[in-house]
Amino acid sequence: MNPETQSREPRRAKKPLNGNHVPSEVIDSARSGASPSVAPASVHALMGWYETPGELYKACEALRDAGYQRFDAHTPFAVHGLEHAMGLRPSRLPWIVLGGGLFGLVGSVLLAWYTQGVDYPQNISGKEAFSYQAFIPVFFELTVLCAAFATFFGMWSMNKLPRFFHPVQTHPSFERATDDLFFISVEAADPKYDRVATKRLLASLGAHELCEVGS
Amino acid sequence: MSTPINDASKARITSLDPARAKKLVGAATALLVASVALSIVAALVDRQRFAFSYLTGFVWLATIGLGALFFVLIQHLTRAGWSVIPRRQLEWLTGLLPASAALFLPVAFFAHDLYHHWMGPEAHGDPLIQKKAAYLNPTFFFVRAAVFLAVWSGLSLWFWRTSRKQDESGDKELTLRMAARSAPAIILLGLTLTFAAFDWLMSLDPHWYSTIYGVQVFSGSAVSSLAALALLTLALERKGILEGITTVEHRHDIGKLLFGFTVFWAYIGFSQYLIIWYGNIPEETVYFRERWEGPWKVVSLVLVFGHFVVPFIALISRTAKRSRFVLGAAAALILAMHYVDIYWLVMPTLGERGAVPSWVDVCGLIGPLSAGLLVIARRAAGGPLYPVRDPRLAESLQFQNT
Repeated sequence: MNPETQSREPRRAKKPLNGNHVPSEVIDSARSGASPSVAPASVHALMGWYETPGELYKACEALRDAGYQRFDAHTPFAVHGLEHAMGLRPSRLPWIVLGGGLFGLVGSVLLAWYTQGVDYPQNISGKEAFSYQAFIPVFFELTVLCAAFATFFGMWSMNKLPRFFHPVQTHPSFERATDDLFFISVEAADPKYDRVATKRLLASLGAHELCEVGS
Repeated sequence: MSTPINDASKARITSLDPARAKKLVGAATALLVASVALSIVAALVDRQRFAFSYLTGFVWLATIGLGALFFVLIQHLTRAGWSVIPRRQLEWLTGLLPASAALFLPVAFFAHDLYHHWMGPEAHGDPLIQKKAAYLNPTFFFVRAAVFLAVWSGLSLWFWRTSRKQDESGDKELTLRMAARSAPAIILLGLTLTFAAFDWLMSLDPHWYSTIYGVQVFSGSAVSSLAALALLTLALERKGILEGITTVEHRHDIGKLLFGFTVFWAYIGFSQYLIIWYGNIPEETVYFRERWEGPWKVVSLVLVFGHFVVPFIALISRTAKRSRFVLGAAAALILAMHYVDIYWLVMPTLGERGAVPSWVDVCGLIGPLSAGLLVIARRAAGGPLYPVRDPRLAESLQFQNT
């Protein structure tokens, strides 16, 4: 969903992390190696959870309609149609895949043409040195391979993966996002973000355990 | 899972307006009567050409029905939820198979014109055909044809009637029974389709053989039946009949399958070509030489571009698969190209003159075409437009692509 970025907004004052069982100092020191960090911990997002996908869906619609852009949903399984409720734009990944596929196609044609036609032509059962028919499986396979690599690595880089820590993991109940709870996180970097108003909006839609998480 | 997008509880149109249905059936019947007259004229003027033209038209229609039967069986076999609604249009298309049993009669009548290489007296002096005579003899040929047509009609009618029975009773047991029978049915379909392709098409040149031939014909039938399904769905949507029942999500999935099977068709066609080209043995390469020389080269290139390159590029994007216009245009192109594909398999038997289209070809196509339209119009007019009491209907109504 929305890729995580460091907040460029003026840093908000450090607040006690409500119910957070991982002290931010521990996280900071874990991130920056052994040395105790002096950087102030910042609020990443306001998080809470819903009991059903339906409630989460309505909350996403409410955030979208209120003009929020930097928020995310964390669910144990795919909730169909959630991307519409969140107002997400279509992914740019298909274009990366297309580029990968075209690269594989053009690259394999050049490879076959240069090695078989120019650099080291051979007479194989009387056929032309560069017989494109023989290489169509190669063109096909390399197109598919490069498109698959583009999909895989494109997805990872667009999601800024791999990473070993994300602030949303510090929510006390977050492990249940893989089990039975439907989480929502509204980033503090969202221009519409207001600690009180956002919290009130989410709470009015039935959110539980609302708290700010940070790093 | 609650997705408040589709609401299945609203009342919807479930069948065609009777006046419109009557008009459709009437038009198809009139076309069929006209086509019989045209066919007789064509057969009298140019008997040989008409025999081949009719075989092309007949196989074109039968393969669409076979592809549709394949997909009906696959939906039951996989217990698919998304496809419950479009399955009804596929079931209409399987009606082409009982019709094919009747439409085969002219093929049987012209069998000696079509298959004279091995049916006629010239077979006696041909040692290669003598070796194949245990399989390739007229009696066994007609027995096999009867078996194929009986199996196809039986399967198509049983699955159609069971599905219609469920419209009335809503009995969930029927869904399980259809799923259980779809597995042996699909084995029967695979075998009969392969051997029918050998018998009716490959034996036109009895010296030449290819083991992938059955799969090639199957790939054409799969892609053409999906094209027909896309056009039927779009036509119903356009009239506002399936409004709110079939959605862009169903269209998207039909588009995905159409795209995939377009690639499959090219993949199989190329596999056959590559092996023959690489082996370079004259008795095998003759098949492609006939189709790559003179006017036939044009037909071959039309196939490569019209049946693969153009639909492949047109349907590659998600937006295109979801667009009514692009999907409809690609489906119409593929359905037309499926005719060219069968033409490319059959007509080279006539030599170079086979490559030049003739009015007789139109007469050979219009008979099977109008019979097919009549069957589809009758099935569309005779009952609900989607399986109204299928236990997985709600799943299909709410279906979303992620």
